[in-house]
Amino acid sequence: MITIVEHFPVLVIAISLLSAFTILLAGYLNKRACWVISFTTILVQLVMSIFILHHVLTVGIIDYKLGGWAPPWGIQYVVDALNAYFLVLLLFLALVCVTYSKRSIEHELPDKIVSFYVLFQLLVTGLCGVTVTGDIFNMYVFIEIYSLAAYALIASRGGIALKASFTYLVLGAIGACFFLLGIGFLYSVTGSLNMYDLSCILKAGGLYSNRVVLAAFVFFTVGLSIKMALFPVHVWLPDAHSFAPSEISAMLSGIIIEVSTYAFIRVCFSVYTIDFIKLWPIFDFICWVAALAIIIGSVLAIAQYNLKRMLAYSSVSQMGYIMLAVGLSISTHHELWGGLTPALMHILNHALMKGCLFLAAGAFIYKAELWNIGDLAGLARKMPYTCFGFTLAAISMIGVPPTVGFMSKVYIILASLDAAKAGHTPYIIFVAVLLFSTLLNLVYFWRVIETMYMKSGEGSHSAPPKKDEIPLSMLIPVLTLASLCIIFGILWLMEIPMPMLDQVNALFGLGRYAIP
Amino acid sequence: MMEEMIPVTYRPLLAILCPAIGSILIVLCGKWPNIREAWTLLASILQFLFIFSMVPVVIGGNIIRSTLFTAFPGVDFGFRVDAFGLIFAITSTFLWILVSSYSIGYMRSLHEHAQTRYYFCFAWAIFGAVGIALSGNLLTMFVFYEILTVSTYPLVAHDQTPEALFAGRKYLAYLLTAGVFFLAAVILTYHLTGTTEFVNGGIPNLAAEASRTTLMVLFMLFLLGFMKAAWMPFHSWLPTAMAAPTPVSALLHAVAVVKAGVFGIIRVVCFIFGVDLMHALGLGLVLISIAIFTLIVANLFALAQDNLKKRLAYSTINQLSLIIFGAALLTPEGIEGAMMHIPFHGFMKITLFMCAGAIMVASGKRNISDMAGIGRVMPVTMIAFTIGSLGMCALPPTAGYITHHFFVHGCVEAGGTTSYFPYILLIVAMLDVMYFFPIIYTAFFEHTQEQEEGENSIKEAPLFMLVPIAITAICSIIFFFYPDMFHISKLVETAVTSLFGGAHP
Repeated sequence: MITIVEHFPVLVIAISLLSAFTILLAGYLNKRACWVISFTTILVQLVMSIFILHHVLTVGIIDYKLGGWAPPWGIQYVVDALNAYFLVLLLFLALVCVTYSKRSIEHELPDKIVSFYVLFQLLVTGLCGVTVTGDIFNMYVFIEIYSLAAYALIASRGGIALKASFTYLVLGAIGACFFLLGIGFLYSVTGSLNMYDLSCILKAGGLYSNRVVLAAFVFFTVGLSIKMALFPVHVWLPDAHSFAPSEISAMLSGIIIEVSTYAFIRVCFSVYTIDFIKLWPIFDFICWVAALAIIIGSVLAIAQYNLKRMLAYSSVSQMGYIMLAVGLSISTHHELWGGLTPALMHILNHALMKGCLFLAAGAFIYKAELWNIGDLAGLARKMPYTCFGFTLAAISMIGVPPTVGFMSKVYIILASLDAAKAGHTPYIIFVAVLLFSTLLNLVYFWRVIETMYMKSGEGSHSAPPKKDEIPLSMLIPVLTLASLCIIFGILWLMEIPMPMLDQVNALFGLGRYAIP
Repeated sequence: MMEEMIPVTYRPLLAILCPAIGSILIVLCGKWPNIREAWTLLASILQFLFIFSMVPVVIGGNIIRSTLFTAFPGVDFGFRVDAFGLIFAITSTFLWILVSSYSIGYMRSLHEHAQTRYYFCFAWAIFGAVGIALSGNLLTMFVFYEILTVSTYPLVAHDQTPEALFAGRKYLAYLLTAGVFFLAAVILTYHLTGTTEFVNGGIPNLAAEASRTTLMVLFMLFLLGFMKAAWMPFHSWLPTAMAAPTPVSALLHAVAVVKAGVFGIIRVVCFIFGVDLMHALGLGLVLISIAIFTLIVANLFALAQDNLKKRLAYSTINQLSLIIFGAALLTPEGIEGAMMHIPFHGFMKITLFMCAGAIMVASGKRNISDMAGIGRVMPVTMIAFTIGSLGMCALPPTAGYITHHFFVHGCVEAGGTTSYFPYILLIVAMLDVMYFFPIIYTAFFEHTQEQEEGENSIKEAPLFMLVPIAITAICSIIFFFYPDMFHISKLVETAVTSLFGGAHP
């Protein structure tokens, strides 16, 4: 007898998909209904995902067989601590963005409201699907669903955004092709598509050194690297982030590229397992690439004068942080910062910070079409709350204690030291890379803060400009995320136990659960 | 009475919270300047009382510990109030009361803009400084250290002119870079020893866990981390930061921020490495070399300045190195002098800066060459200035003499080559005389055109500014006759005794 919560994984996707079509129909009757339906759906999904997380932590892994077909033939949804964590995070950010979008879309895309919400709901469907599925082909399908929705959403502004969307389309399609090729190669060797089944066959058959299996792994890695904009295949990201509507930029940077990281973690640890990873110096390679990404992303960010573009390059750098933490995960064994904990922690932290920054940047565009950093002069007097939110998140990106950015930085540094001690001596360089990146972050974020607060805009010497804040439904998301940057920072600092992170490590045999 | 009312372990937290809560009230009451300033004064007085109420407990040889939570295994986030920390805390909080009053006079006289932001950031800067003073380990200290850096930026860039913005940028570039080095040092210490706690005599297992080279690197990281101490060649942020309003230069760039730097260095020397390990590694000599270089070069730079605040800034750099010098002697008397010089120099230098600000408010003059005859126009201010200058030159009857006495004793105690170092101190003091006495001469013995024609009217700064100046100047003299005011000398003795065991007389 399965409990109602065990139906939730499939319900999360089903209601989301149905709601997308409902919005389409309802939108023809009344445009205002779109936002209400979308908001309600995501809220319900979020509540469900919290129940799922609770169930996973207290009872155990949810294993749902779609249509009652037994795996490996039927599609199986497996939700463990890792998916549940991602699901909650992704739906929370989606909720924040959809709240924000109400007024901003009315203003920016007044004649595309219906299609925006349909696509947004499809995007959420795809993202949820990737996180809950336990079948690798099903994962590919969902990746395509959310990617297609994202291409369209990025293009929604028209004009130059079309070019950005097209670049993303081409590169995204190449990435997806690689992923599909990987699946095909694996299938040709194992004859299975179910992740758990695959891992069993690979292990039992001693296929870890099989050339085809290796090639498949390379395809997965390359494909997902493009999707998650890991340097040097990040070229689609700056355009896509800067020309998309801001709530979509927030989603793109905050969760969409991280979902690809999730897929990568899943493929590495659930399909190929830790034994395979340890056989080849794959994660070693990833670490170094990620370190390069951290530095080059930041340097490129310094060179930007468009605010959203700067944030986009910062995302490239932050993706480096996440992948560095992922790369370190197999060589760290500490109970607190061993295993995937720093990576998962930074994914949450980055979603909070970057979400806030992009939403604030969107607010500047909403109010006065301010795209460039130079235009922001004296804005702190006009929009004090938005600027305050932006500043909190920016300070967090720099990594000033006690914000989330500081905690990520400390955890990743400690993990690098741990790995260096465990035999990878050159990893000590990552400590320097991370600290140096702090300074680079400082350079480009402080420039913005200084312009907002310290420089005066035109004509401000005569009379202080009148306050001109964004509507409350946009301000609340910005301030919520900004305050969470501090609250979560203090929570991490207080070492509030995050049982799901520990469970993830236990699941994959990482961190303190690693077999020496 | 207070003992029963508030358990002693809560007091560090309450003391820290005063400026934090004060800052919120300041912002809320931003539209009513009088109420806003009342909050500043109230927060400063309350904070001083909380800090001061801990003195009897600490003099009794106790250390007040209050842990808020555990951040990492072996690292608590919390406070550990010992005699040394209390000295710094008393200095900052007491002077905050006076500077608050001075700020009111200064900011209103000059009709400065963004006063709410100013008071708000000032409160947070004090929050950071007192946090550093009371913190129990390196991690806690780091958190407050960064808060101090970030919260002082808006104060430095207050004018919002291109020069002020440049100063602010330079300030952040130096101090946040320092923060990165500090963080690296903290993490390395934790990685090596599994703790970051301040321990009398150093972390016991530090020497055993790391090679000689690693320890050297660690010490250099710490030194770079404490760029706030403005040791040369990493000093140039301090003269640039003089673009800030004068109360900021007075409290933050003569007391809170820069003293946080030297405070940190002494903490590392005595409570992380420990005197014995410093000796064994020969790091004392490294530190002495840096200090002496700065002592002399800073004074030479000071000679060349015509802007009064800039000259004072170089004098500050010089005096900070004197504190580092005392600590680097690694002898009880030397460290005693270093610890004692933190409050003494604070009182004397704040007098000088407040005088400079008073001159600016009353006459608009910034350069020394314009100050002919100003002693006749502003007698109280310039007498206070003279007292402060005497202190800088280590002449009696001022507090400066007392600490130099300790430094000389410390040199002798260290023996060897070090016993010749008092001559260097003598040269430095002579350089001090060379750039302070001309100011006094110009002020009292030169005349302006009008004064020669017999016109002479007294035009002092507002009382809000004059009273704090008088108080700090008088304190600088009282310290000479009675160093135990605010229990400073008792606290220093307690601190040194606990460091060197009972052996010290």
